[in-house]
Amino acid sequence: MKWPGIKKKLRWWGYLANEAYNAPFRSTVARAKREQDDLFMLLIFSEMMGVPNPVAYYTLELQPIMLERFHEWHTRMGMEHSPLDGFRCC
Amino acid sequence: MSAIIPALVGMACIAAGYFVYSKFIAEKIYQLDPNFETPAHALRDDVDFTPTNKVVLWGHHFTSVAGAAPIVGPAIAVIWGWLPAFIWVIGGTIFFAGVHDFGAIWASVRNQGRSIGSLTGDVVGLRARTLFMIVIFFLLMMVNAVFAVVISNAFVATPSSVIPSWSAIAVAVVIGVLIYKMKVPLLWPTIGGVILLYSVMYVGELFPLELPQTVMGLAPAAQWIVVLFAYAAVASLLPVWLLLQPRDYINGIQLIIGLALLFGAVFLANPTIVAPAFNTNVPDGTPPLVPLLFVTIACGALSGFHGLVSSGTTAKQLDKETDARFVGYLGSSGEGLLALVTIIAVTAGFASLGDWETAYSSYGTTGLATFVTGGSVIVAAGTPIPQEFAATLLAVMGILFAATTMDSGVRLQRYIVQEWGTIYKIPVLQNGYIATVAAVAACLALAFGAGGSDGQGGMLIWPLFGTTNQLLAGLTLLVISVMLVKLKRRYIFTIVPMVFVTVMAFLAAVYQLWNLFTSGQYLLAAVDVAVIIIAIFVILESMSAFSREKKAAAGS
Repeated sequence: MKWPGIKKKLRWWGYLANEAYNAPFRSTVARAKREQDDLFMLLIFSEMMGVPNPVAYYTLELQPIMLERFHEWHTRMGMEHSPLDGFRCC
Repeated sequence: MSAIIPALVGMACIAAGYFVYSKFIAEKIYQLDPNFETPAHALRDDVDFTPTNKVVLWGHHFTSVAGAAPIVGPAIAVIWGWLPAFIWVIGGTIFFAGVHDFGAIWASVRNQGRSIGSLTGDVVGLRARTLFMIVIFFLLMMVNAVFAVVISNAFVATPSSVIPSWSAIAVAVVIGVLIYKMKVPLLWPTIGGVILLYSVMYVGELFPLELPQTVMGLAPAAQWIVVLFAYAAVASLLPVWLLLQPRDYINGIQLIIGLALLFGAVFLANPTIVAPAFNTNVPDGTPPLVPLLFVTIACGALSGFHGLVSSGTTAKQLDKETDARFVGYLGSSGEGLLALVTIIAVTAGFASLGDWETAYSSYGTTGLATFVTGGSVIVAAGTPIPQEFAATLLAVMGILFAATTMDSGVRLQRYIVQEWGTIYKIPVLQNGYIATVAAVAACLALAFGAGGSDGQGGMLIWPLFGTTNQLLAGLTLLVISVMLVKLKRRYIFTIVPMVFVTVMAFLAAVYQLWNLFTSGQYLLAAVDVAVIIIAIFVILESMSAFSREKKAAAGS
């Protein structure tokens, strides 16, 4: 067998091993990460929900960046439009 | 008779099952369509729904269904002789398990990747769905109790396996941290982990660990059960990347090494099967072959547990619908091979018929330990590996399988308890720690109630576990059959296995009731009564669903 052939085989086995490690738990890890992200978003929008936020000045700057993720969150939660008066994403 | 003959015949039959029978089922019955948009694509969110390579999915399916159960079941069931167990494992794999696993994936893929449990509500009816949930709860409770007893018996029978089995946890945690936190590429932790695990087996052999005769009135097996549940409770609360993920990976590697080693050794050593094909001289107290054989071997021939894996996770990741055959049918075929090699190990791994009869002197006392003894003799004969080391290796393999099933089981049961807390508004139960304690306490009661306290009658619960498992399989096959009726296709290939296992499970439950009651196992007897009631409802529910759907199909 030529070297490129061997390299291809090795890469295939490496891919299989990596998938064997990651694939079964991909959804669990992704869900945990999503929950953390949701918590972070809650912190950013905390002022709008009446939770005092000492670093509001800085988190306000982050709000536009969260636009897409916020939209994804409220549709995932079964709300057609943004539940916050001060933040309309769609 | 040479053990190579059943090994070859079994492998050939399973291969024929895959190439011929599963092809027929895929084309004519389930009618898989390569152009169908699977939920992994249609609902892709990269969390639950992710298209995944079929070889990867097969590996996942295979490693999550092949555990300790296809070892323990056949190791008990050869008491009736090797041939009945062989026929049920091979026939069951080809005509029952393959069709069931494959069908569960297909049914789920055609219904937005939903689990069989939630599908039951739509396809069959709400009553059937409630039944499904009750069966799952019983099954989980028994899984945990059964495997605690299996592991504790193995620790007592093979003291050299104690240190390596617990060290495997440390090895897994180190791999988990290296990969998840330090982002080390997989190769080196894998090689290091495997080398470390096998060197610890040597250490285990040098320092076999035995517990004191009694601690607070508990025999060693009972002490292990307590320790194991404490471990399972802690493990089920840890984040998955720390313990569960790396350990499942190590188990997968061990499964492949173990299977290759055992099959290789059978072909190299060519051992002779000393057990009779049909045992006419069964020990006193052995239950009748029909129906008990069909519940003693559940995993390895047919197991409802697979349906949960197939529909819950596999179906959401299927890239093409036609992959279902490769993943589902071949996944259960792999498990059939593990059961096959177990049958060979426990019938050909003894020097003479007399030795075998001594090992099989009563029903239900054999199990993992018998597999370890028989398997290690064959491995030592066929390879340069010394017998003691082979015994430790096989025992650790079985123990790790059982332990994985156990702490996933406790985790799942905790979710159920927490869900109850939400449904019935009991805030205390919603707490993860309290829910875990409640889940563990229920299983512990069952494990001790099953005679685990003296470590003697430990496996009384095994047939009951198999019965529940078969009822679940029956329910899954019912869902698939009703779907086929609705589509006006031939349903005989799923309804015959369904009727067969449900009837066998019902008969077995009735037989066991008498046995459990006379031996004073009232807790298990109560569980058995519940199982009988469920079985009756499953049968009634199927009959009503069928007459309804057939009428509807005829009318339309």
